[in-house]
Amino acid sequence: MTKNNNNSKNPLHGLWALTNRDLKKWYKNPVILLLGIIQPIIWMGLLGKAMNLGAIFTSNSISFPQINPPLLPQQQIQIGQWLSSVAASTMKNTFGTADYFSYMAVGMMSFVVMFTAMFSGMSMVFDRRLGFLNKVLSTPVARGSILLAKIFSAVIRALVQATIVLGIAYMLGLSVGADFTLLNLLGVYAALFLISMGLSSIFILIAIRSTRQETQMAVVNLLNLPLMFASNALFPASLMPEWLQTITKINPVTYATDATRQLILYTIDMHQLAIDFLFLGAFAVISSAIGILLSWRYLSK
Amino acid sequence: MAEDALIVKGLTKIFNKHLVAVDHVDFTVKKGEIFGFLGPNGAGKTTTINILITIMRPTEGSAVVCNHDIMKDATGVRDCIGVVPQEYTADEDLTGYENVILCADLYGVPRDESKKRAGELLELVELTKFKDKQVATYSGGMRRRLELACGLINRPHVFFLDEPTLGLDVQTRAATWNYIKLLKKQFGMTIFMTTHYLEEADMLCDRVAIIDHGKIIVTGAPNDLKESLGGDIMTLSIQDGKEDVSDLIKKVPKVKEVKKQDGTYRIKVEDGEETAPTIIDAVRAEGHKVTRLSLTKPTLDEVYLEYTGRSIREEEESKEGFAAQRMTMRRARGQRAMGGH
Repeated sequence: MTKNNNNSKNPLHGLWALTNRDLKKWYKNPVILLLGIIQPIIWMGLLGKAMNLGAIFTSNSISFPQINPPLLPQQQIQIGQWLSSVAASTMKNTFGTADYFSYMAVGMMSFVVMFTAMFSGMSMVFDRRLGFLNKVLSTPVARGSILLAKIFSAVIRALVQATIVLGIAYMLGLSVGADFTLLNLLGVYAALFLISMGLSSIFILIAIRSTRQETQMAVVNLLNLPLMFASNALFPASLMPEWLQTITKINPVTYATDATRQLILYTIDMHQLAIDFLFLGAFAVISSAIGILLSWRYLSK
Repeated sequence: MAEDALIVKGLTKIFNKHLVAVDHVDFTVKKGEIFGFLGPNGAGKTTTINILITIMRPTEGSAVVCNHDIMKDATGVRDCIGVVPQEYTADEDLTGYENVILCADLYGVPRDESKKRAGELLELVELTKFKDKQVATYSGGMRRRLELACGLINRPHVFFLDEPTLGLDVQTRAATWNYIKLLKKQFGMTIFMTTHYLEEADMLCDRVAIIDHGKIIVTGAPNDLKESLGGDIMTLSIQDGKEDVSDLIKKVPKVKEVKKQDGTYRIKVEDGEETAPTIIDAVRAEGHKVTRLSLTKPTLDEVYLEYTGRSIREEEESKEGFAAQRMTMRRARGQRAMGGH
C-alpha cells in the first residue's frame, strides 16, 4: 500500500539536484566546454595581440619629415627614445597598463561570463520544449529553485571558464600589476560571481515563457554587441563620445571589468572599487529577486 | 469524500479567450481505481491532466486531488502525485539511474531511501542492466519504462499517465500494459490515464470517460458501456443503395435501431446471430441485393461511435503518422496561450 509522503524536506530541496544536472550536462560534454572558451581565446589571441597599440608611437612606425638642416642620426635616436617614453605614458594613461593585450585579456573575462549568461537562457527554452520543465513543475520543487538552479549552474560554469581564460591569458603574456596578490583573485571571483548572477537572471527571465530557440537567439544577438562594445571591456569608456559614455555607465559589464582590472592590473582605487562592487551587488540582487518573483507567476501556464 | 482520490467540478480551460479546450468537465475517481480518459487528440485530455498535475491553471472550475485543492494547495497535490507525461522527459545526457535519483531529489526523498527505491523500481521495470547507460541509447519502450520508474519514486497516491503507449509498437505496448498492471498491483494506487487506444482503455481501465471537444460525453465501466448499447451491431450494405430500406429493417423483430451512414446501415440488434438471416430475408423479399454484411459484438469503438457519431479508428489513422506534427501543434497552442494572458 502507499505510504505517507512525509519526506523530510527543506524549502530548497531539489535546488542542488537541478543545478548539478545542468553542470553534468556541461562537463560530460567537453565540446560544449571547449566552445564556451574558444571564442574569448580567439579574441584575445587575435585582437589582443594584433592591436599592438603601443607600437604605433615608436620610432619605427614614425617617419621623420624632411627638414633643413637634416636631423643628425644622434638626434633621431634621441627623438625616438623620447617618443617611446611618450608612447608608454600615453598607454599607461589611456589603458592603465603598458600593453593593450593585458588590458583586453582581463576584459575577456567579463566577455566569457557574459556569453555563458546569455546562453543559460537557451537551456531553459530547451527544457520547456523537451517537456523536462513540465515534469519538474509537477513536482513539489519550489518555483524559485528551478530558476535559481539555472542561475547557479550558469554562474559556476562562467567562473570555471573565466579561470581557464585567465590562465591562458597569463600564458600568452598577461602582465599582472605590482600589487597583485592571491587575495585579489578572491575579489575577482566575487565581481565575476555578481555579474554572472545578474546577467544570467536577466537572460533566463527572458526565456522563462519562451518555447522557441530562435527568439532567444535573436535576443542574445541583439544584446551581445551593445553589452560588449558599450563598455570598457575593449576600450576605455573615458575616451568615448558622451552619449556612449552614458550607456557604459549603466552597463554592468563596465563595472565588472573595472573591478577585475583594478584587482589584476592596477593599483587599487578603493573608492572606485567600492562603487563597482556596490553596483554589481545591487544588479545581482535586484535581477535575481525579480527572476524568482516572476518565476512564481510565469513558469506555469 | 475520503474515498475519492480525484474530484473534478466544472473544470474549464479556455486558451486565448476563445479556444475552449476543456469545457465544464465533472468527474470523480475512487481510490484504487484506474480511470481512463478516452478520446481523439485535441479532445482536451492532456489539458485536463496538465491542470490536475498543477502545471496549468484552469480558467474555471475546481479539482481536488487526494484531498488537496489544485489551486489552494498545489504543493500538497504535487507531493502526492506521480506523473508520466506524453513526451519522453528523461534527460538524455544522464544515465537511467541518474534520472531516477534526480526525480527523487525533486520530491525531496532522502538519499539513502531514494537509492533503495531507485534500485527496486529499475528492477521492476527491468532496466537494472541498463541503469548506467546514457538515456540517449535507450529504445522507446525502455524510455517509457524509465518514465514509469521516475514517476513512482515518491510512492504517489495518484499516478497520472498521459497516453502511456503513444508511439510504441504493438508488442512494447502490450508489455507496457503489463507493467502498469503490475505497478498497480504492487502499489495499489489510483491511476488516471488518457488514451486514444480503445483496446488500452478496455484492457486497463475500471472506468472510462469518453471525451470529445472538451466535454465528457459518457462515463462508465467499459463493460457497462458496451452493454448499454443493448445488443450486437450489424452493418449491412445493399446494391444500388439509393433507396432507403431503414423502415423495412426496423420491422424485423429484435431490431432496436437503424442508422444509415454513407450507404451502409448500422443496425443495433438483439441476438445478432439469429436475427441476421431474418433481416437478409426481409431485404431480399423487397428485391434488394445484400452486398456486404458484418456482425460485431459491441466494443468500445462501437460505444465511441454511438456517442460521438464518429469512429475513433478513422481519426486514429490520420493521426498516427503525424506524431511530430501534433507535437508542434501542441507547442503552438502553448505559444498562443501565452499571448492570451
